[in-house]
Amino acid sequence: MSQVDLSAIGEEYKYHFVDEVKPVFVAERGLTRRVIEAISYHKGEPEWMLKFRLRALEIFQKKPMPTWGPDLSGLDLDNLVYYVKPAEVRDAKSWEEVPEEIRKTYERLGIPEAERKVLAGVGAQYDSEMVYHRVREELERQGVIFVAIEEGLKKYEDLFREYFAKVVPPEDNKFAALNSAAWSGGSFVYVPPGVKVELPLQAYFRVNTPEFGQFERTLIIVDEGAEVHYIEGCTAPMYSTESLHTGVIEIVVKRGARSRYTTIQNWSTNMYNLVTQRALVYGDAFHEWLDGNLGSKVTMKYPSSYLLEPGARTEILSIAFAKTGQHQDTGAKIILGAPHTSGTIVSKSISKGEGRASYRGLVKVLEGAKGAKANVECDALLIDPESRTDTYPYIEIEEDTAHVGHEATVSKINDEQIFYLQSRGLKEDEAAALIVRGFIEPIAKELPLEYAVELNRLIELEMEGSVG
Amino acid sequence: MNQLEIRDLWASIDGETILKGVNLVVPKGEVHALMGPNGAGKSTLGKILAGDPEYVVEKGDILLDGESILELSPDERARKGLFLAFQYPVEVPGVTIANFLRLALQAKLGREVGVAEFWAKVKKALEILDWDESYLSRYLNDGFSGGEKKRNEILQLLVLEPSYAVLDETDSGLDIDALKVVARGVNAMRGSGFGALVITHYQRILNYIQPDKVHVMMDGRIVTSGGPELALELEAKGYEWLRERVKEGA
Repeated sequence: MSQVDLSAIGEEYKYHFVDEVKPVFVAERGLTRRVIEAISYHKGEPEWMLKFRLRALEIFQKKPMPTWGPDLSGLDLDNLVYYVKPAEVRDAKSWEEVPEEIRKTYERLGIPEAERKVLAGVGAQYDSEMVYHRVREELERQGVIFVAIEEGLKKYEDLFREYFAKVVPPEDNKFAALNSAAWSGGSFVYVPPGVKVELPLQAYFRVNTPEFGQFERTLIIVDEGAEVHYIEGCTAPMYSTESLHTGVIEIVVKRGARSRYTTIQNWSTNMYNLVTQRALVYGDAFHEWLDGNLGSKVTMKYPSSYLLEPGARTEILSIAFAKTGQHQDTGAKIILGAPHTSGTIVSKSISKGEGRASYRGLVKVLEGAKGAKANVECDALLIDPESRTDTYPYIEIEEDTAHVGHEATVSKINDEQIFYLQSRGLKEDEAAALIVRGFIEPIAKELPLEYAVELNRLIELEMEGSVG
Repeated sequence: MNQLEIRDLWASIDGETILKGVNLVVPKGEVHALMGPNGAGKSTLGKILAGDPEYVVEKGDILLDGESILELSPDERARKGLFLAFQYPVEVPGVTIANFLRLALQAKLGREVGVAEFWAKVKKALEILDWDESYLSRYLNDGFSGGEKKRNEILQLLVLEPSYAVLDETDSGLDIDALKVVARGVNAMRGSGFGALVITHYQRILNYIQPDKVHVMMDGRIVTSGGPELALELEAKGYEWLRERVKEGA
């Protein structure tokens, strides 16, 4: 199946290849008013958006770097390139229209093939711009919108403006402000009431320029009773200097709707991946975050669900794999803001070598959210003696009738399990890989099959020669 | 030379010597019982045969069809056709029996095993054990009762078809029905291409698995060997009787 984005990292990272693409415009280094004006100009934006960007820039400049989490001192924000326009063609509707060198990259990544077989629609972003977007015709006929976010702003400005930056305002955090100022690319998705999109929509993010910042912005509106599953995958070549990926994902799940957002992040290990993902979930609606963090140097990502009306539910499943040189600081947030809302967080992390995986999560029950229920389970698996894991669970309960449970486990690969599996003919590293696969199985089984297969393959690669 | 041979085997754990010169031969095609009181070293012998890295072999040798396996890792021993049914099978959450069994069979055979071939084998084994197919999608020993774990060991035995099996107290903790099922599994394996060492504390299982020979282990050595009647005699007179006899002999 598709060579989707999940395979190896580090030595086995197979997306190292640098593409031979000559961009048509590269912004000067650093984030300045002038750069923002250039971005806005290149996109032909309305005045209000430029004003929004400039306001966000001010917020970004005022907010200090967060110091409560991973070490970000290697991130030189003044040395980054904030906008690279890869080609004149934007958001093509067929792969033939995509410039050849860029198209080759996606073919190498298996995207067009996956599109034909298992996806309802594909979006592809290359450096700063979406180069391709297409949704199956029957969905288009039903009114499903799946376009580059810039297209969304142009073609559906009223709908866009109603929701844009309402879920994640620039004031939210420094990197949300950065994204709000410099955003480029990402998807705009609208699913009309009652329309069920059976196959996933997938967006694929590729960074090719070194010392570059990618700031995609995605806005998904799932109208009443509608259903959608959106998948994003990410890769980049390995350069010796750091790059930055700062996305903002805003999702609105209206009454009775169901949505799932799956991220399989496999950035190269020089990438800072600092992302804000948030969903507003209304009455009896259900939203699910499935978050896989395998690549990057540092990840800070805490998908969050705000349960705003009675009966809203959410599930947040996350897997993090941290190798030597990686710090995966991931987790989840659930705000239970109405009666009979419920949420579950299941987080599984694996630390190998000197890798560090941290769980950071918040469950907050607001006063009046009667009968609200939340459960948190975080399990960490340590492969080597020098591997590290930490847990930072925050629980705030303002409502007496709420039930919140929290369970955390830390385990090591157990010698008895290894011996048992070996005594059945499996080699030591195969045995260890099987134990790790078993550890993440509760989450892996929720993935679409081709991703689960890739994930298992990755873990086998990662575990090769890792023990004994 | 078609035999499992243990030659003057001495072994220790954490500096404590458990096996003190074990000599034992199980020819292919025969089933032998290894009996003895608690702490005699029976289970230690089973684990050492399978290559448990917790133990240190100080002296002696283990030969499989004439070839020393002492330097081989547990998985190499398994691929050469040795199988240990664990006294305490280990739980591996998240790994289904089906997935695990197929990987193990592929490792054993050194080739890909197609779904059809795999299912044919597994189905036959399940029938012998009177077990439901639904067990295959359960996680390996995870949350299993003692009896289910033992039955699962025999399922693996039947699917992997080793040349030699060591069954470490597979009977302990089983009710009579489960015991019969386990015995049926072992008996199904019997034939000229299979040898087994059935480690047990009690004679009971030997009513269902007729041994060709019975060995008794005490204090890290085989102290006596005999025919099936030896097991009955032990059952009647207890290990103390034998202990006395061994002392007198010494």
